[in-house]
Order: sequence, then C-alpha cells, then structure tokens
Amino acid sequence: MTIMAGPATLFEKIWGAHEIVVRPDGATLLHIDRHLVHDGSNNAFRTLQEKKLPVRRPDRTFATPDHYVSTLGRGLTAINDPNRRSMVEDLKVNAKETGVTLFDLGDKRQGIVHVVGPEQGLSQPGMIIVCGDSHTATHGAMGALAFGVGASEVAHVLATQTLWQKKPRNMRITVDGELGPGVHAKDVILAIIAKISAAGGTGHAIEYAGSAIRSLSIEGRLTICNMSIEAGARAGMVAPDDTTFEYLQGRPYAPKGADWDKALSFWRTLPTDEGAAFDREVHLDAAEIAPMVTWGTSPESASPITGNVPDPAGAGDAVRRDSMERALNYMGLEPGMALSDIKVDRVFIGSCTNSRIEDLRAAAKLANGRKTVVPSMVVPGSGLVKAQAEAEGLDAIFRRAGFEWREAGCSMCVGMNGDLVAPGERCASTSNRNFVGRQGKGARTHLVSPVMAVAAAVSGKLTDVRTLMARH
Amino acid sequence: MEPFRKIDEVAAPMGTPNVDTDQIIPARFLWRMRDDGWGHLLFNDLRFNDDGSEKPQFVLNRAEYRPARVLVADRNFGCGSSREHAVWSLYDYGFRAVIAPSFGDIFFNNSFQNGLLPIVQPIEVCEALRAALEQKPGAHIQVDLEAQKIIAPDGTEFDFTIDPFRKECLLAGTDEVRFTLSQADKIAAFEKTYENGMPWM
Repeated sequence: MTIMAGPATLFEKIWGAHEIVVRPDGATLLHIDRHLVHDGSNNAFRTLQEKKLPVRRPDRTFATPDHYVSTLGRGLTAINDPNRRSMVEDLKVNAKETGVTLFDLGDKRQGIVHVVGPEQGLSQPGMIIVCGDSHTATHGAMGALAFGVGASEVAHVLATQTLWQKKPRNMRITVDGELGPGVHAKDVILAIIAKISAAGGTGHAIEYAGSAIRSLSIEGRLTICNMSIEAGARAGMVAPDDTTFEYLQGRPYAPKGADWDKALSFWRTLPTDEGAAFDREVHLDAAEIAPMVTWGTSPESASPITGNVPDPAGAGDAVRRDSMERALNYMGLEPGMALSDIKVDRVFIGSCTNSRIEDLRAAAKLANGRKTVVPSMVVPGSGLVKAQAEAEGLDAIFRRAGFEWREAGCSMCVGMNGDLVAPGERCASTSNRNFVGRQGKGARTHLVSPVMAVAAAVSGKLTDVRTLMARH
Repeated sequence: MEPFRKIDEVAAPMGTPNVDTDQIIPARFLWRMRDDGWGHLLFNDLRFNDDGSEKPQFVLNRAEYRPARVLVADRNFGCGSSREHAVWSLYDYGFRAVIAPSFGDIFFNNSFQNGLLPIVQPIEVCEALRAALEQKPGAHIQVDLEAQKIIAPDGTEFDFTIDPFRKECLLAGTDEVRFTLSQADKIAAFEKTYENGMPWM
C-alpha cells in the first residue's frame, strides 16, 4: 500500500492503495475488490479446475449471464441454440460449485454485467474492479479503477484475487461548458474518440473531468467511461461526488449505517488533488459538440450529423487512405454524401453503453406519438431497468411507436445470442462498436445516442435529432 | 505455457490499422473451449468466403506467407474486445510474435499469458519490414527475446523493449497463477490490513 506524498490524481490514489507487491522493475501485484463474471467465463473456470484451485474470494465475485441470453424470453428454454445455452448453463454450474453469487435468468437483478454492477451498488468509489470484458471501464464512472481482462487474467483473479499489472500512464480529458439540446453523453464520448483516435488512450487510464462531465448523471458518466476502450484506454474514470453518493446510497450492496459514514469520508478524499500532474491533458468545449454518428468501421470514424462522409483522397497517408476506402466500401457509402442522407434498415437501442433507465426515458420521450418506419428494438440493460421502465409506462410508448420491447442482455451489440443484423443491412445502434462484422457478418453499423437512434427509427435515415425536437 | 527464446521464421505483412479482435476471431465462434483448437478460425471472415473457400488475395492464403510465424501489423493491432480467443487463434495458427506500432492494451496483456510475443516498433520500422516482406515473400524475420532484438530479412537489427517481468515469465514459460500463489502470505497480510481499515470494501 502506498500513501501519496504530494498532490495525487484519483487514479494514483486508488492504484497506490491496492499495491501488494511492487517489484523493482515496476511489475505490481494489485488487490482486486470486485470481480464480475459473465457467461463467457467458462474457460477461466476450466483453468481453475485443471489446476485444482478454489476461487479465493467468492465473496468478492459476482456473476450474471448476459452475452448469450435470449432477449425473447427468460429461462434457459428460450435459448434455442445448444452451444449458447451451454454457456449460460456452465455459468450456473460454475457459480454453484465455487460459491460465487449469481444473478441468474429469472432473477430481476440479471442483466448486462456493466449495468448490474452499479445498479446493485457493487461498484463503489476507490475500488479496483475487473471483469473479462473490455467494457469494464464503465464502472470507473463510480470513481473506481475498472478495467477489462482476458480469460487467463480472469482465472488469475479467481485463484488469487490479485493481478500483476504495470502502472499505466494517466490522461485527463476535460470537457467544460454546457451541452446543447439533443446532445448527450454518447455524443461527448464519440467526439472525444474522434479527437484523440481509437489508439489515443492506449497505455493510459483516463480521468474525465470538467463542468460538462460533473453535470452529467451517473448514467451519462457510465456511458462516457464505457467507451474508454474505444479510445484505446483500458480504464476511464470520473471523480466521485455528491451525484455518485446519492446514486449509491441505499443500493443493496452499498455500505450501510456506520460503514456508510466511514466510506463517505474516505470517498471524499479520492478526487484528484489541486496541482496533481497528468501525463497528458486533452480539452474539449461542450458547446461545440453536436449529435454524432459514425460513418466507418472504427469508433474514431465519427462526425457531427451535420457533416458529410469524408473523402479518402484527403487522408494524410496511403495507409489511412487505404483503410478509409476499405471502410467506405464495406459501409456502402460514397465520399461527400450528407450523413443525414444515409438510409437505415434497422435500429437497436441497448448495450452496456446505452440501456439504462435514463437512456430509455430520453428515447421514449422522443418516440412518444411517433412511428418507426424500420424494424426497431429496445433491449433494457437489466431486469430491474426493464421493470422500472414498465412502471413508468415507457414500454407502452415504445410499443405504440412500433419498437419491439425485449428482455435484458447484450443482444445486438455483439450478436452472440443470435440477435443479428443481416448481411448488408444498415443499423443505427446505441452500442459501442462499428467494427466489420460486429453486429453480424456484413452488417453495417452507425453508432449513435439513444435519441439519435429514435430519430433514425422514425425517419428511416440518420437524422439530426434537433430537427425533430424543434417540431415536437 | 511454452517458453519463448529465439525464432527465425517466415513473416507475413498486414498493413491495416485498427485490426480489431472481432476481425481476428468473430464473436460467433466464442462459445468453443480453449482446447477445441482455434488456428483454423483465425481471421475467418477475411480469410474465407461464405462457402468455406479461401479468399486468394488474403495474405495468409498466399503460399509464401502460409507458414508465417511472425506477423508485421499496423497501428492499434488487437484493439476492441478482451476476448483471449484472438490470441489463441493467432497462436494455434502458429504465430509466435506480432510486430506493430501499437497494440490494444488487453490484447497486449493476453498475448504474454499465452506465449505470443507482441513487439512495439516505430511506424517507419513496421512499414520498412512490411515492404521487405512484400518484396520478398517468404522472407524470414528473427526474434531474439533474450537479446531483445529483431533481425529484418536484409540483416538490419532493431532493438525492442519489454517489461522485465513479462520477459522473465516468457523466457521461463512461467505459470503466473502458481507464481502469485507462492506469495500467498503477502496477499493474506495485505487483505487483513486492508479489510480492517475499510470493512465496507
């Protein structure tokens, strides 16, 4: 454990508090507070069985199936494909055998692991949280250090509750000012990635700061931190503040009674100190951010909806030109065409980026009284988000507007449960990746915010949501 | 894990930036287990047509590059998903080293866990290596982990840096879990102090 001498950043404070062993070469053995596992973790559990090792801290390990679950019904029988079903079955067996807490199908707490963690109060300020999924940075929005790991490191954490890591560099991205109408957290993070590139955050832990970030709800902050990996950074975080504490208080796994008071006074010491140094600083003006859409096959290929498909001829070098040409070819787009002229075949609202109650409220507000003109679906992030939305009547609004209202899971973000975009089809999606084949072989993805997804669903093309708001 | 020391093998050029792990191994295969074997699925959608026939223009489908054990890639190789299956696919195909200007952080870590050596080199070096490999298909690149050197087909040597802990583990083929468990007393001592101080954690 290292106590910081001078002014320190949020990241440095958390890192220092978790050091078990620091070798002279810098390799550090870190204590892990929370380990979240999902239905893609069977190889890691198998590794433990092969090594004949127990899960060291089942009390720090929480599981829920999300990638392979059907969104058409609950229960294992809703999963038609035997291979997919076995992934969910394996998680149940592994959790039972190792004593890990499981939020299983049929439990309202089941959902996308990155929605469930904060919702249950499992993700707390000052913690180190890991999960075998690259979008684990999401939990950094709670003031934690959270990052994704692969199957070997999942097995390592299961067996030891620790990880060997090299300290990443520390970057601060400050977004000051006020977001305009129709501009949401998703637009902010897409604007950030477009600015620093898909590798701009590689080797860094990012702290998002500034007045625009401070004024976001926890849901908005979760959306921002979620896509840190799309900028290359394994971890993204926001300093904990009253918004964080209010969100956490009373949640099932949040500290209670005297522990709450103790925790709160500790959490208030975590924000980055005045004068602490970052390896890199980036600034954005919130007022300049417009609703964003992606046009290519990397999240860095994002532009304001008011823009045009760029021309590869204007790319800096041959490698970039070649990769842009390939992306436009895959996406079926012509250089120079207006982004708002791009017709879509399908709309998906969901994923660990944008499936929380605030996302659904914003989407429903715009969908109310309108009609979708292309197949569109809404997949809530958890059973509890679904129940809350239904209690507020959002499901009825979506259904009236022509959206399908599904059960919680990762769904069409990655299509591992069979919710796929057909080859050649174009999908406006609130998910996080527009990679080649991500939503299905040959699928063409345009990443957007939830309100931009609704705007596309009711117009049949990528549409500046502000034009609909004016007419509302 | 197999120890990694020194190799002298055919290298293949792949000059596309942001080759994400969805490209390396599409999500629809991920239900399979580690032992099922992954090499035949590497780059599946880039390598094969829907009917299973090879796409002749793809680099690994060209006879000279088929036996490649070293890949020279471009910026941000292995970005995206944390799926270790991407490393398993490269490894099972036969790759033992990937040289690129930068890597996705999680892919980079996963590589070391499986005996695949990711080597960071400046963009210009990667471009020069790819050009040499395109000019002389089937040419070898040597990688010497102990000496932290790669040797280009024309004999030019380039140094590379590697985290000493990672190097040690790769050279010895260390089982990291066993290594960490040998420090169990330190872990237990840490946990005791930590949990006394912050009982809610």
